[in-house]
Amino acid sequence: MTTKSLNPLPLKERMKVPRQHMPEQAAQLRATNFTEVNLGYSTELARQEAARCLECAKPACTQDCPVGVKVKDFVQLIMAGDFLGAAAKIREDNVLPAITGRVCPQEDHCEGGCLMGKKVQSLGIGYLERFVADYEQRHMDLNKVPKAPPTGKKIAIVGSGPSGLTAAGDLVQRGHRVHVFEALHEVGGVLVYGIPEFRLPKQIIREQVDYMRAMGVEFETDVVVGRTVTIDELMEEEGYDAVFIATGAGLPQFMGIPGEHLNGVYSANEFLTRINLMHAYEFPRYDEPMLDFAGKNVAVIGGGNTALDAIRSALRLGAGKAYVLYRRSETEMPARAEEVKHARQEGIDFQVLTAPVEFLSDGNGWLTGARCMRMELGEPDASGRRRPVPIAGSEFDLPLSVAVIAIGTSANPIVQSTTPGLATNKRGYISADETTQRTSRKGVFAGGDIVTGSATVILAMGAGRRAAKSIDEYLTSGTW
Amino acid sequence: MFKIVHAEFIAPGIKRFVIDAPRIARKHQPGQFVILRLCEHGERIPLTVERADRTAGTVNLVVQSAGKTTHLLNLLETGDSILDLVGPLGKPSEIEKFGTVVVIGGGVGTAMAYPTAAALKQAGNRVISIVGARNKELVILEREMGEVSDTLMVTTDDGSYADKGFVTDKLRQLIDNGTGIDLVLAVGPIPMMKAVADVTRKERIRTIVSLNPIMIDGTGMCGGCRVLIDGKSEFACVDGPEFEAHRVDFEVLVQRNRMYREAERKSMEEFKNEQASQLARLREENEQLCAMGEKR
Repeated sequence: MTTKSLNPLPLKERMKVPRQHMPEQAAQLRATNFTEVNLGYSTELARQEAARCLECAKPACTQDCPVGVKVKDFVQLIMAGDFLGAAAKIREDNVLPAITGRVCPQEDHCEGGCLMGKKVQSLGIGYLERFVADYEQRHMDLNKVPKAPPTGKKIAIVGSGPSGLTAAGDLVQRGHRVHVFEALHEVGGVLVYGIPEFRLPKQIIREQVDYMRAMGVEFETDVVVGRTVTIDELMEEEGYDAVFIATGAGLPQFMGIPGEHLNGVYSANEFLTRINLMHAYEFPRYDEPMLDFAGKNVAVIGGGNTALDAIRSALRLGAGKAYVLYRRSETEMPARAEEVKHARQEGIDFQVLTAPVEFLSDGNGWLTGARCMRMELGEPDASGRRRPVPIAGSEFDLPLSVAVIAIGTSANPIVQSTTPGLATNKRGYISADETTQRTSRKGVFAGGDIVTGSATVILAMGAGRRAAKSIDEYLTSGTW
Repeated sequence: MFKIVHAEFIAPGIKRFVIDAPRIARKHQPGQFVILRLCEHGERIPLTVERADRTAGTVNLVVQSAGKTTHLLNLLETGDSILDLVGPLGKPSEIEKFGTVVVIGGGVGTAMAYPTAAALKQAGNRVISIVGARNKELVILEREMGEVSDTLMVTTDDGSYADKGFVTDKLRQLIDNGTGIDLVLAVGPIPMMKAVADVTRKERIRTIVSLNPIMIDGTGMCGGCRVLIDGKSEFACVDGPEFEAHRVDFEVLVQRNRMYREAERKSMEEFKNEQASQLARLREENEQLCAMGEKR
């Protein structure tokens, strides 16, 4: 359904309006606190930005969105001043708009395909989505959240990260009873333990989860499926008609270089979990401890969003020098463009084409630095990116007190190893059909990082949507 | 929210908690552990499970006051609640008929060794248990260990009870007497486990130890509990907690466990001055959360 355009501006004029800037905390100030960097559009800014939309007949933005948000429709509703209507329109396809509006790599999806972007700057779709979601949060009544008539079917979702939450939201809207199991003590998965407060405030996640509770989704924390209860027990003894496994990627990878066990060397997952989930930056008000970062040299190894989240957190803990060591060039860096920009503004030192080959010790088990090598780019590797090759004789020592390794994760084996007959691929991830998310076990579906390996929030959400559709079809038809 | 059904000191600074946790009780196997978070501001720490009662839906934790969290926990009484308890975590102990097994429990480690000793006995092994403690008052689970062992030996460092000496002295005696030992399981302080490993390495006796590195999530996600096994990183929470003792780098374990000593000391000092208020705050917060019904 497309609403008729209310935009009086001719198309050519719209192209002349510059993309509205996102108000943000000043770089010097925000580098010392954990409060959110972006401050959000005002109503005026949102309507001005919405007026730039070209209202394409075949919008690429929606095609390029892993969950298929009807961008043109919700932007038209913003134009019309119907912000709650715009929120409802987004919610038809995306149950976590306040989250995706903040952390999605829009340049790879909706904004990447935006026609405006071919000539000028693309429409600020992420900013608009965030505006609508935040407006909804301030103006909605949780008691009025619609509930679908019950179907009598019961679904277990394993993991409350983006994939699990998305599937839960879609399934509860179809009237199924949905119970989400979370291993940690807080709901949200990587949104809670992985993404820092300055990029995605915990309050936002809580609000989105409260909305899901209002929709009827049940949550149970402190349950490690595979250990506390198995998939088979859920289906045979607890009466679940279907299970969706969305446990995330899991085990952090290390580099296998000397000195990785030294005190001061962290995996990004541990470092970020201490800060985000356990509030170690608020020690001793919170009990979880953190090393003293004041004035220290800190480096992160890696070039993804996790790496940038880690190093920007280190800066906020008071690090004197904060480096990103990335073995390829900036072009290959997988982090969101906005995060790289923000990190640079905050004073992060990017050492690209650089990789550590050894961590150095003080002789007492504490890290003192990293021996690094400069790299050059050779032929493309399996990932299609040019392979970094060490330059002979380029070794140099970088003094460091803390090093955070953010080079990716490998499959967590807990569910796979306790679910007989659940097929996995050679890297240990769960094998699932790309469209239906079905696994080798009847009634069991899987999606997100536990199927694909480390990816993004929105791709995991896409898998959650496909799984929900497919679970609904399975439960309605009864055929596998 | 997890209710404490019963709490009692079993030795100075060592308390047993019976906790209502039906899901964990149902699945717990010897060798596995749990992670606990006391309250909203609390840290997550791994703890030993002494026993699980499936029928009653309870698990027994045995806790020695060491840092702030365990001190605060040991102030809790019957009727109090703990915010989060998750488990059972880690791989269960390998239970089969090995022949003659020596089970060594050092201090509070005895509580972790006990369920495995019982299972090994059940599986038809000849179980020789050695329980060691610093002094008479700190000997725990002597009767229970006796019940599941063919032979029980007790040592105290200061000789205030049973035989003066270390568990390794008893182990040495057994070896010197020509006892054919097929497996040794040692759970206790790191220096004790290392000393046991040093004895059995020479004798080529397979030895298992249960490691206790700093841990956060306990599901393999954070990698904080990594230990060096044959020079390679493994995670105590998913690959362990039990490992082949002769492959463990104990020095690195000691070094990594020292990582937050400064912060831990600060926590402890602050806690000593405000024990009563911190306990009151914990109780108030947990009661409020209970009333809100947000947690189980």
